[in-house]
Amino acid sequence: MSNRPITEDDLHAYVDRALEPEREAEVVAYLEKHSDVAKRIAAFSDQRDLLRSALLPIAEEPLPPQLNLARIIESQRRPRPPAFRWAIAAMLLLSIGGLSGWVIRGATQVSTSGLTALAQEASESYRVYASDHIRPVELRDSTELVQWVSSQLRQPVKLPDLSKSGYRLMGGRVVPTAHGPAAMFMYDDDHGERLVVLTRPMTSDQNAPMAPLAGGDVGGFSWADGGMGYSLVGHGAAESLRPLANEVRKQARSI
Amino acid sequence: MNDMLHQIEPVIPALRRYARSLVRNYAAADDLVQDCLERAVRHWEQRHDDGNPRPWLFAILHNLAVSQFRRTATRGQHVTIDEVPDHEIGQNAAQEQKLMCQEVIGKLARLPDEQRAVLLLIAVEDLSYAEAARVLNIPIGTVMSRLSRARERLQQELESSSAKPSGNVVQLRKNS
Repeated sequence: MSNRPITEDDLHAYVDRALEPEREAEVVAYLEKHSDVAKRIAAFSDQRDLLRSALLPIAEEPLPPQLNLARIIESQRRPRPPAFRWAIAAMLLLSIGGLSGWVIRGATQVSTSGLTALAQEASESYRVYASDHIRPVELRDSTELVQWVSSQLRQPVKLPDLSKSGYRLMGGRVVPTAHGPAAMFMYDDDHGERLVVLTRPMTSDQNAPMAPLAGGDVGGFSWADGGMGYSLVGHGAAESLRPLANEVRKQARSI
Repeated sequence: MNDMLHQIEPVIPALRRYARSLVRNYAAADDLVQDCLERAVRHWEQRHDDGNPRPWLFAILHNLAVSQFRRTATRGQHVTIDEVPDHEIGQNAAQEQKLMCQEVIGKLARLPDEQRAVLLLIAVEDLSYAEAARVLNIPIGTVMSRLSRARERLQQELESSSAKPSGNVVQLRKNS
């Protein structure tokens, strides 16, 4: 018998029947000597059985037609635009919605900054893709990614490197906007916090100083340099993202 | 193709059970499972766990549920188990069994979402601790502490009801 002390984890693993036989024997021996713990663990075992029997009827119900897998496979395989194109269509609609809102806003207000639209596009991209755990980015290979976005934007696009600030490149994609294609790059840090950098050529506001995003649940900064617009968007307060935005601007200027 | 069918199909009842414990609304739970299956079919080639698709399917389902929570959080759409019409619960179960199920599911519903998810994946759906950690995208230590808290809390709920039945349970018995 080993001398390893019995842990709370061992006790739960005992309830879940997940222990190696040898360790299980040690837990059993321990429980024989500690009746108070044994009582609690027996209660947990009963609880496990109770849960399983209470929830079993749900798994025994006949499946409704909407969950017929053969039919789902059939419908997913039928030739039709892949989901990616639907996503683009949805993005386009979002952008158009955003743009018309922006146009209406422009009619009543003096400010019609091109940066506003860019910031909105970056925020939408962040909301849609940064929360996606299945396919947040289309391409992960950085060389391939740079080639792809550069050909779509018809100019060389440089990939910002934020590794010194603790953010790794996850990959990116081309996203459609009302002002043409934009390149989206996504990064994450050790805590899984994601941020997005969106860049595209600007029609108005070809040079604009760095401006924070206005309100909402996401924060960030937008600016334009020599005809290219940039927007960096992340979760939470804009100020914490300022050093990252400065870094991206510095790197982009050194092209 | 057949391989995909044969590997996914046996998991569907468990996915339904997990979905219903998460959203507690029959139609919404099945919609969630349908959405999950469609994604699984589209992304079948991209799964990492070649041997066992269970954790992968649960991960897709869980992520869909979480993003749905985020969307509906502001609208406050929420049907608790007590509000579900009677005929929707345990259709095939006998009356006594049905009462027991309702009571346990009701207690389970009082656990915080994160504790309930861990408890169900491990104690009911038989995922390993490591698999549950991957599904929920949390460290295994967090899985263990949530599991422990979930069990303590559910035990308190169960014991408090056996000591003095809640008004709700008495009400149900009278109706039957």
